[in-house]
Order: sequence, then C-alpha cells, then structure tokens
Amino acid sequence: MSYTDTQLKAIKELLFKITDDQLIIGHRNSEWTGLGPILEEDIAFSSIAQDKLGQSLALYNLLHDLDEKTPDELAFMRNEKEFKCCHLVEYPNGEYDFSLVRHFLFSHSENLRFELLAESSFEPLTKIAKKLKGEIKYHVMHADTWLKQLGGGTEESNLRIQKALNNSFNLALGIFEPGDFENELSDMKVFEGENVLQNRWIEIIKPIIESSNLLLPDKSLWNPSYGGRKGHHTEHLQLLLNEMAEVFRIDPEAEW
Amino acid sequence: MITKEEILTALEDVKDPEIPTISVVDLGIVTDVKIDEANSVSVTLTPTFAGCPALKILENLVKERISRLDVASINVKTTFDVPWNTDMITEKGRKMLKKHGLAPPPMHKGIIQIEVLKYVKCPYCESTNTELKTPFGPTLCRSMHYCHNCLQAFEQFKPVG
Repeated sequence: MSYTDTQLKAIKELLFKITDDQLIIGHRNSEWTGLGPILEEDIAFSSIAQDKLGQSLALYNLLHDLDEKTPDELAFMRNEKEFKCCHLVEYPNGEYDFSLVRHFLFSHSENLRFELLAESSFEPLTKIAKKLKGEIKYHVMHADTWLKQLGGGTEESNLRIQKALNNSFNLALGIFEPGDFENELSDMKVFEGENVLQNRWIEIIKPIIESSNLLLPDKSLWNPSYGGRKGHHTEHLQLLLNEMAEVFRIDPEAEW
Repeated sequence: MITKEEILTALEDVKDPEIPTISVVDLGIVTDVKIDEANSVSVTLTPTFAGCPALKILENLVKERISRLDVASINVKTTFDVPWNTDMITEKGRKMLKKHGLAPPPMHKGIIQIEVLKYVKCPYCESTNTELKTPFGPTLCRSMHYCHNCLQAFEQFKPVG
C-alpha cells in the first residue's frame, strides 16, 4: 500500500508519540531497579521497564523502515523539542505511590491503544500491536493487583494512593492530547483517535478504581496537561534525556 | 540441495541461552525457512518478548549452526510477521521446560485470564495447591510461584497470548 506525504506524516506522528512514551516511562521504571520497596516490586518494575524499552525499540525500528534515523539515534540524539511524549511519563518517580498510580493509568491506556492498533489498516503496526498487547496484559495485571491491595489496605495506604491519583490524573489525561492528523488516521483506518481511546480508558479504569475503594477525580476537575505531543515539555524531560544519553553521546560510533 | 527438514533438525541444536534445555524449534520461534535454487537459506525468527536481550545472540547462533551445513549462504532475520505466543511451544518443548524445573505454560488458545497464573501445577510434585508470588521473575518469560504441597518455590514459563 502506498501513502501520500500527509498520510505518511500522520502515521509517523502516531508512531513517535507511542514509542517516545514507552522509552521515557521505560527509563523511569528502570530507575526503580535496586530501589523497589520490596524485592518482588524491584523485579516487577525492572521487568516492565525492559518490556517497555523493547517495545519502543520495535516501533523505532518501524520508523527506521519508514526512512527515519536508526533507533539509537532516535532515542539518544534528539533533544527535548523533538520528543513527542506526554507529560505524565516525564515526571520523576517520586514516591512509590505516584510511580504505581502512573503505571496503572499509563499501562491501561497503552493496553487499549494496542488493542485498537491490532485492528489497524497499517499492517506493519498491526503485527507489532498484536504481539505487544500480550506483554502489556501483564503490566496491567500487576498494576491492578497493587491498586486493589493499597486502595483497599490501611487508611494511610488508601489516602496516599488517592492523593497520587488526584495529582496524576490531569497528567494522564494528557496522554490523549489530539494530534494534528486525527481525521487522516481515522479515515485511513490506521487509528480510531485519541478521543475514542480516552473514552474507552475511562470506561475500563473507573470500575477498577472504584472497586479499589478509591474515587476517580470528578469531571469538573479535569484539566488535561497538553503540550507534550507538540514538543512542549516539563522541565524534567531534558534532564532525563541528558542522563539517559550521557554514555551514548560520548561516542555515538562505538560498537556495543 | 539442502531440505527444510535438515535445517530444522540442525536447529534443534540451537538452545535458548536463558533456558538451555529447549531448542529454538521447540520454543516455536522459527517461523519460516526458505531455500532458493542456489541453495541459499533464509530463516525467520520471531521474538518471544520485544525486550528479550537474547534476540541478537539467537540470530547469531542460528547463523553459525547453519553455516556448518552444506549451504551457499545464510540469512537470518527477526520479524513480528508471525507474532509468537506460548501455544507455539511444542509438546517436546514443554517436557524440556519441565526438565529445567519450569512449569510449562498452559495452552490458552488466545485467552489469558489471571486465573491461569494462580493454581499452576508444580513441576516437582504435580500439586496445584500453589500460589502466584509475582508475575515477573528472573527473566521476562517467567513468573514466580510457591508450592504449598512440597514447600518449594518454583517458576513458570508464563503464558503469553
């Protein structure tokens, strides 16, 4: 199948935001390695990080097939303005409560996104989506288990998770910032659109949140943190990129 | 001319670096073998997990093993064309996992619920009086469990759809 320039641009915009999200949250999750509150959580966050980085590699490879730079160059040599990740994934890990709630909110959106993309008309992406959604299922399962345990745990654990949820919810809504090519993507049947995805996400997470003795923030408080998809980021992203790319940039030609 | 069967037989020697009892063939990751008129061989692998660190090593091991056969050239690539799932592990592969002390993944036919992780059959005593400790283990493909019957911690090669 051949695409017009605009269509190709639309597909690339979609791929970049998905894979940039995965790379950055993968990096954040990897920062729990050695620091997890219990050994199992240390391993879980490290494994989830490894999955997300592998998944971002699969999509950077696909972008490379579409004439973008190599995965290493895309991951390590771009500056913050060129990244299309949402603000949610950029924030430092903070306490475990924030990291866990972020992981819950993000992984559910990712799971549903790849379910939609598994039906995409863009075949190279469909194949990858079919594979990745099987992996992400475990991320969601892990997040749900802990949300239920801590939401339904002690007064303190419940309060802390509720607070983390209140603090991260508008950041999470930023995942669904509309792109410049929503109509093109849905006309081509490549992707149904951020609005559809956000509605599905609310439908799925609401009952899980409520059965965990927690409350979804009221709609009157929703104020999505947009800008990431257009290259406008929080102050945290460039610092993360500096650290993540530090070794690679010393010698970009080195063989590893 | 070499045959596809000969290639697959040779590839039974190539074991998963993380689980050395199971071959790439029994793991189900060899998704295509092509031989052209010039006796050049192309092998397609599919990743178990996108983040599996053994992907490059596996490509090289496959290449090395086939280069010892009478072939003109060998090309190995890894693609998502046939997405891997644990139902692709052969019967023999399941036995080999067990031999390595890993509970084999149940056949799931595309539907995986958390329940399949809960009462996994212990690879040592066959009891299902077991408990899921965590869905993440020492490698991406394993979950960790505990058997209340023989009081033994064990791992499962977890089902992936």
